[in-house]
Amino acid sequence: MLEISHVTKVFFPGTVNEKVALEDINLTVNDGDVICVIGSNGSGKSTLFNMIAGTFPVTSGTIKLAGKDITHAPEYKRAFNIGRIFQDPTKGTSANMSIQDNMNLASSKGMKGLRFGLTKERKAAFREMLSTIGLEDRMEDNVGLLSGGQRQALTLLMTTLSRPSLMLLDEHTAALDPRNAEIVMNLTKEYIERDHLTAMMVTHNMQFAIDYGNRLIMMDEGHIIMDVSGEEKSKLTVQALVDEFRNIRNKEFDSDEGLLTN
Amino acid sequence: MIEGIFVEGLIFSIMVLGILISYRILDLADLTCDGSVATGAAVATMCIVNGLGIPMGLIMSFLVGVLCGLVTATIHNKLHIPGLLASILTMTMLYSINLRILGNKANVSLVRVDTLYRLFPKAFSFASSDVAALLGTLLFVLLVKVLMDVFFRTDIGQAIGALGGNEQVILSQGMNPAILKVIGLGLSNGLIALSGGMLAQYQGFADANLGQGMVVQGLAAIMIGEFLFSSNRISLITLRAILGAIIYKALMFLGRKYGYLIGITPNDFKLLTGILVIISLAVAQTRAMASNKGARKKAIARVLGEAKEEEKDA
Repeated sequence: MLEISHVTKVFFPGTVNEKVALEDINLTVNDGDVICVIGSNGSGKSTLFNMIAGTFPVTSGTIKLAGKDITHAPEYKRAFNIGRIFQDPTKGTSANMSIQDNMNLASSKGMKGLRFGLTKERKAAFREMLSTIGLEDRMEDNVGLLSGGQRQALTLLMTTLSRPSLMLLDEHTAALDPRNAEIVMNLTKEYIERDHLTAMMVTHNMQFAIDYGNRLIMMDEGHIIMDVSGEEKSKLTVQALVDEFRNIRNKEFDSDEGLLTN
Repeated sequence: MIEGIFVEGLIFSIMVLGILISYRILDLADLTCDGSVATGAAVATMCIVNGLGIPMGLIMSFLVGVLCGLVTATIHNKLHIPGLLASILTMTMLYSINLRILGNKANVSLVRVDTLYRLFPKAFSFASSDVAALLGTLLFVLLVKVLMDVFFRTDIGQAIGALGGNEQVILSQGMNPAILKVIGLGLSNGLIALSGGMLAQYQGFADANLGQGMVVQGLAAIMIGEFLFSSNRISLITLRAILGAIIYKALMFLGRKYGYLIGITPNDFKLLTGILVIISLAVAQTRAMASNKGARKKAIARVLGEAKEEEKDA
């Protein structure tokens, strides 16, 4: 469904600050794949997501989504098919608008018209959806009044509202406290299962990456150094992952976070 | 006399509504206003002087204002420069264009032709000419306000509002923020120019220097309005902007009338307006800090309260 071929991203090319963030990345995401992406800080996970979502242009290579070349499509056009959730809970919702207005905004992609979209039927439908995250009685409250966890749950609801063909989850629970992180993660699993979504999820928790999803990708210094799925993945352990990393890169896994959080 | 303040304030309030769109709703510092208000005055005046009629004059001033906004938005979007710089460019260019529109004269008089403020006394013949002018302007402003309220309740109006709060949301929902900015800035400057067109008719002439310092005056009016009451409903936000505009004009009137007692002349008004904006910003900041403090105290009290209850339970 998503085909990334020979994608390279170089920041500040030709200057002393030149940095190769991604180098000749090749990756094919199949329909229904749920991929956990791990790797230490600066390994290129976020850059990869930025390339897929279209935040920055690629330096070279092509990206195809459902057979269509989207390498040069602007971010807002890709957003029709790609739903992205950021680590920062404030990014996915508009703080100075009510919950129902935010839901209304997210109910259809693309430029809006001179209509009053927030009809009674829609409000009722939103109320029912919001009841799954316990916000059904606060529909007229401004989103700015919600906690980070509630905002991220709302973002999740809004993103799945339009059934994106690909979900990009960029450490979307990392900024939340453990309890809220668990709630949002459970919701994520629920929605992915319910809508049979294809998803890529960046996580720092190795144990979680092993337990969840059908595929695991490990990145380091702008390369995909490991890509396991199915049977092979289910046999993985954290220790095996760390050993594997050491074997491949001939160095220690430098993110303690990944080891501490299991 | 008192009607005059209200009429002036109401005409000014149309401009303030325009600035409200760019400054508060889009969160984009737009100085085009200083140019486009004079453009609106010039266009309306030349239309009326050349016999195209008052409605045509107002419609044209609105449309030319929209065009001014489009220029700023296009410079901002295409060259990726901040709205502030883009609008300074437009504003500066408009100064020359305004002189062109006025036939290379610094000002053009409307004394010898029919204007809106000659028509109002005829339309509301039951009232004195001052009251008629007030009534006519009030109806006009209410119409503008209601249309604006309705627009910002529609889906596209809401999208423009969301853009000001968070551009990423707009991108994520598959909308091009550049187009929303074009619409917002167009509408904003359309209203500003419309206000200029009304002002020219009220004061009886159009002046190429009309726009100087208008943005700051508009901001002052918006901030005065925000002291009146707080709300997130668009109808109340526009209402308080209009009230702020009237209060600002009343303050300026008092300054003109009684300022000499403390040695203030109209020459000092720009200084005073600037100081008013600075004070408003300072007060708003202290308020935000105070409410943060209050919220923190409440949170601490709540946690302590819960702890006490737990003790009791134990």
